[in-house]
Amino acid sequence: MRALCWHGTQDIRCDTVPDPKLEHPRDAIIKVTSCAICGSDLHLYDNFMPGMERGDVMGHETMGIVEEVGSEVTNLKRGDRVVIPFTIICGECDQCRRGNFSVCERSNRNKSLADKVFGHTTAGLFGYTHLTGGYPGGQAEYLRVPFADKTHIKVPQGLSDAQLLFLSDIFPTGWQAAVQCDIQPTDTVAIWGCGPVGQMTIRSALLLGAKQVIAIDTVPERLAMAQAGGATTIDFMAESVVERLNEMTGGKGPEKCIDCVGLEAHATATLDSMYDRAKQAVMLETDRPHVLREMMYVCRPAGTLSIPGVYGGLLDKVPFGMAMNKGLTMRMGQTHVNRWTDDLLRRIEAGQIDPSFVITHTVPLERGPEMYKTFRDKKDGCIKVVLKP
Amino acid sequence: MASGLGWFSIGLGLVELLAPQAVSRVLGLRGQERLVAAYGAREVATGVGLLLSRDPEPWLWGRVAGDALDLGTLATALDRQSDRREEAGLAMLAVLGVTALDLASAWSHASRRRGRAAARRRLPDYARRSGLPASPEKMRGAARDFVVPEDFRTPAALRAWGVANEVA
Ligand SMILES: NC(=O)c1ccc[n+]([C@@H]2O[C@H](COP(=O)([O-])OP(=O)(O)OC[C@H]3O[C@@H](n4cnc5c(N)ncnc54)[C@H](O)[C@@H]3O)[C@@H](O)[C@H]2O)c1
Ligand SMILES: [Zn+2]
Ligand SMILES: [Zn+2]
Repeated sequence: MRALCWHGTQDIRCDTVPDPKLEHPRDAIIKVTSCAICGSDLHLYDNFMPGMERGDVMGHETMGIVEEVGSEVTNLKRGDRVVIPFTIICGECDQCRRGNFSVCERSNRNKSLADKVFGHTTAGLFGYTHLTGGYPGGQAEYLRVPFADKTHIKVPQGLSDAQLLFLSDIFPTGWQAAVQCDIQPTDTVAIWGCGPVGQMTIRSALLLGAKQVIAIDTVPERLAMAQAGGATTIDFMAESVVERLNEMTGGKGPEKCIDCVGLEAHATATLDSMYDRAKQAVMLETDRPHVLREMMYVCRPAGTLSIPGVYGGLLDKVPFGMAMNKGLTMRMGQTHVNRWTDDLLRRIEAGQIDPSFVITHTVPLERGPEMYKTFRDKKDGCIKVVLKP
Repeated sequence: MASGLGWFSIGLGLVELLAPQAVSRVLGLRGQERLVAAYGAREVATGVGLLLSRDPEPWLWGRVAGDALDLGTLATALDRQSDRREEAGLAMLAVLGVTALDLASAWSHASRRRGRAAARRRLPDYARRSGLPASPEKMRGAARDFVVPEDFRTPAALRAWGVANEVA
């Protein structure tokens, strides 16, 4: 089959690889009808996350039709239409039973490695480094889904792929990012980053009833899309983020701050960004935590920082003392996708939101490699790419 | 090109910074050691800027300005009855060559920037892509029926205690 494979820094190729086969009675094979490129894939593309190997199949936002199921998968059958969450879940371990799916204790087949690196393992993820299981991803014609009896979201026929695909990741991610803030009707929610995750977070914060949603980025078309979703915007290259946020909150700062940027924050004109670029270049730190620092600084005391943006390793010059003394709450993590998807699917069916608004490019799988570049460089108005195998 | 000039800047700057005496002697700028070292620091800073920033254009114009300063300073060595006039002249020629490179590079960046700006003006308009069935104002709070799970709520100790107590 055809699949997008990782070959090194900024080197993704559309290769021919062996078709996946059932390896375990709880597996299923999915014929992929749509898949997408995520901002998290860009961290792999730019080679900032350790643990990728040549030839790994990329992709963790996938949907399709069930082709084949293992003997123990009794709740799925050939022909069922499913969206596959990016987190692989057993559904039975302690964490799964608490709904903490992204830290499932059993789905990471490289558990002993993850135990060493993280202290305790996290869930297996599709197409996302050998630290999280090294499972082949879904930017391909077929996908093997481990623990398939739990790792799926059944979806109805009446809705399009474009409306449903993002249940796999970015819609629940934006939703959890906002839910983590426990939004009150009096809250100002400030959101850094207007990529696909930021866009979903803006809509979620609005629907959950925030008084004011403020979005920060510098890419004009992303800011325009943020405004369409009801956000007031700040261009971080043209204005001071801290000054504007204080202005808009009567000098007190936003109660809730959400980081939808992660470890590749752009160098802004500030000194700390230059410092991060230099240290990263000589490999003295792995991540560029400019947004985290800014959030800690500007957040209202006793406020909440929600961090869906991905970080990989070591962060330098994070003003933890400031956060401690201000009594900030921090919530973060990979999304517990299946915890939210029943509710979100209902909202899509009810017409409360249509997540397809974020798609700007739909192209055949073969054009994936060039689309990685277009998406990364924010060329051609690109915000979200859907690939059709 | 920009990164080439960046490394060149750093190299030249380090020489000026670390050996200002030797440089001044060769160029007939005796007594100006401090100035030469300061120029070295400027070269290093510009070089680092060129290498690290996403947009090298301002740093390139910075180099052009620096070249003008260098030329002016070297010209003072030409004026004087110095025995190093020839060296100063040669150095000026070299700086002129580099200035040409800097200018060419800055101009090409500027024209590419104008190209990008034009492309941006041609971009599709996303101002209507809300994903919502009604205006954001109407949709604000439409999902307030959602019950935030207990383990996702602000810890009880941090909730608005005073307000809750007044109500109770
Ligand atoms: N927690 C999860 O489960 C989860 C799921 C999906 C994605 N993510 C992460 O979310 C993040 C965003 O994903 P995406 O798909 O939207 O990616 P993206 O790269 O398209 O978006 C990032 C945006 O941040 C902006 N940005 C950069 N520096 C900034 C700064 N200093 N201030 C404000 N904005 C800045 C960029 O211009 C860009 O628009 C990534 O780190 C991704 O890995 C996490
Ligand atoms: Zn993702
Ligand atoms: Zn589990």
